[in-house]
Amino acid sequence: MENSVKTKIRVEELSLIFGKNKKLKEKALEMLKTGVSKAEILKSTKCTVGVNNVSFDVYEGEIFVVMGLSGSGKSTLIRCLNRLHRPTSGRVLVNDYDITKETNKELLQTRRTEMSMVFQSFGLLPHRNIIENAAFGLELRDEPLDSRLKKAQEALNTVGLQGYELKFPSELSGGMQQRVGLARALANDPEVLLMDESFSALDPLIKSDMQDELLQIQEKVKKTIVFITHDLDEAFKLGDRIAIMKDGVIEQIGTAEDIITTPASEYVEAFVEKVDRKTIITAGKLMFEKPTVIIYGKDGLEAALRKMRTVSVDVLPVVDKDRKFLGFLWLDDLVKNDKSQNHSLDAIIRTNVHSIHKEYTVEEMLPLITENKSPLAVVNQENGRLEGVVSQTSIIIESTRYDNKDIDKLKSQAKEFFKWKK
Amino acid sequence: MEKIIDVGTYIETGINSLEQNFSFLWTAIDDGISWLVDNMNHLFLLFPPWLVVLLVAVLAYYLKAGKNRFNKQGLKSAIGLSFFIILGFSFIFLLGYWKEAVQTTTLVLVSTFIALLFGIPFGILTAKSKIADALIRPVLDLMQTMPAFVYLIPAIFFFSVGNSPGVIATVIFALPPAVRLTSLGIRNVPAETIEAGYAFGATESQILYKIQLPLAMPTILAGVNQVILLALSMVVIASMVGAEGLGSVVYQGIQQNDIAKGFESGLSIVILAIILDRITQSIGSKK
Repeated sequence: MENSVKTKIRVEELSLIFGKNKKLKEKALEMLKTGVSKAEILKSTKCTVGVNNVSFDVYEGEIFVVMGLSGSGKSTLIRCLNRLHRPTSGRVLVNDYDITKETNKELLQTRRTEMSMVFQSFGLLPHRNIIENAAFGLELRDEPLDSRLKKAQEALNTVGLQGYELKFPSELSGGMQQRVGLARALANDPEVLLMDESFSALDPLIKSDMQDELLQIQEKVKKTIVFITHDLDEAFKLGDRIAIMKDGVIEQIGTAEDIITTPASEYVEAFVEKVDRKTIITAGKLMFEKPTVIIYGKDGLEAALRKMRTVSVDVLPVVDKDRKFLGFLWLDDLVKNDKSQNHSLDAIIRTNVHSIHKEYTVEEMLPLITENKSPLAVVNQENGRLEGVVSQTSIIIESTRYDNKDIDKLKSQAKEFFKWKK
Repeated sequence: MEKIIDVGTYIETGINSLEQNFSFLWTAIDDGISWLVDNMNHLFLLFPPWLVVLLVAVLAYYLKAGKNRFNKQGLKSAIGLSFFIILGFSFIFLLGYWKEAVQTTTLVLVSTFIALLFGIPFGILTAKSKIADALIRPVLDLMQTMPAFVYLIPAIFFFSVGNSPGVIATVIFALPPAVRLTSLGIRNVPAETIEAGYAFGATESQILYKIQLPLAMPTILAGVNQVILLALSMVVIASMVGAEGLGSVVYQGIQQNDIAKGFESGLSIVILAIILDRITQSIGSKK
């Protein structure tokens, strides 16, 4: 993240304890601070720890996903953000303004103008038609009827529900009902959208559609979105950054790639094990930065050979004096060329090779290495400079989860196979 | 057997002192109910019976057919009820009990009105507060299970003989379902829908009027239906303290050992009950 982004929501040392009375809750909080386990707190105070000392920032315009299994406290956490649950301790700052200290009147105002929420089972009003449902938030804040209907209509158009205004929720499918829920939230034009397992009740195909739709809408409206889910794939698909929660504690916050490549705990590691890494790991993560290069016009044949020997590889990228990528040079070609006594490199640099950008995922890189035996050059999109090289082996390791030894074994097996075939 | 504790005497003393110290209140209630009942009877009997029957039949059609009231589908679903209303009332008229049927209907409607006036707010209260629920629930049980004859005695004591004690006894008996079903309806509103209301900045009263009551309405209307039927089932007992109507005809039948009279008036009550039930049900089933 760049430094220029603004923090929209800041959560500081937030804890929430469910219990019968204040005294017990305070006692439980003390125990929690001294590191007593949740089970013991429950035993001695009858209090349940929902959220345990959580801190994080949500930046303006990002989709921040909180991921956790049921009982991890994620839904409790999101309800602290608009104070549907009142935190036992800690602060929630929205636009640098502490929500936990707001009076009821200020709180109503915040909920009416700054934050809207989308629910798992939609929470629509069955006795009202679609446009009245979409306008509900505006009605609560006493907007005049015509502007209410106008804004609701715009929101319905945004989610692709024009033509359904006079239907009732029971006449719509689950996916469409959730569109109404989303429209209701958008109609208020809030700065923050809170989405609590919003797509979890939908069947897989519709869910995937809605995720795409949300990303498209987000392109347009650029809200700050806090999205709760128990579905890791959903988290990785939607989240600019992801927080993984367990037992009321955030185990790790980071981008999808951070979490997969450097899991902070065994829990996270176990969790991300089954994820399809191919769609998440990018060239930027896999490449060797600052690889040995052959500089065109400066390094001759001898220098190229020497460089290959020192790093003991049989192929090196060739760049010009501005580090612009030109192509790859192969050891085999060099040796052949040497025999023919031709000292220019021009003829043997292979230029019809793929060059890619840092954002390429493993899934996108795989077809490129099967087509072409060379490694992949990672090039800066703007100035064409070489940023690194992704070797075939590392792509295969990433996509198959085999380690180096396995790959060597496979290679030798393949050689045997081809020998036998000949 | 010897009596060891004398609860009856305490209650009697209590009721006596209530009667003496708050007589202005009882008079006011008596006057209010009598005024309402008399005027409603008067209004219904002002028009010729056939016009009243026709109006009720049209009203029933209008309520039952709902949105489809001007097409074939609506006609199909609702015309039967209107037809039954005309037939049923004609039958009662031909038996010579038109006036009594009107008096009974008035009594039922006034009792229902008063029962709902108190029942629905108490229902809301019990849904919202656990303490209120714990306090009111046993009172409701008492109202429903205490034999109605028992509170007829103090009813006469407070309001003397006439329609008023009949209405009060009926209200006591018919009130509980209004409280219970209102409470049930509100508690069955999905938690997430209410949460959605709060999340969008609804105040407590907005939650009640815009979410809870509308969503609970079908259940509340089922309660209204129950109140009406229970009120009807009280007409004979109410007639023992001087309430007018079909109930008093049944009562006369019992006293005079008149089988014909008893069955005629009893049949009329059944017809009235079916008509009132179907009409209120059709309000409840509307979307």
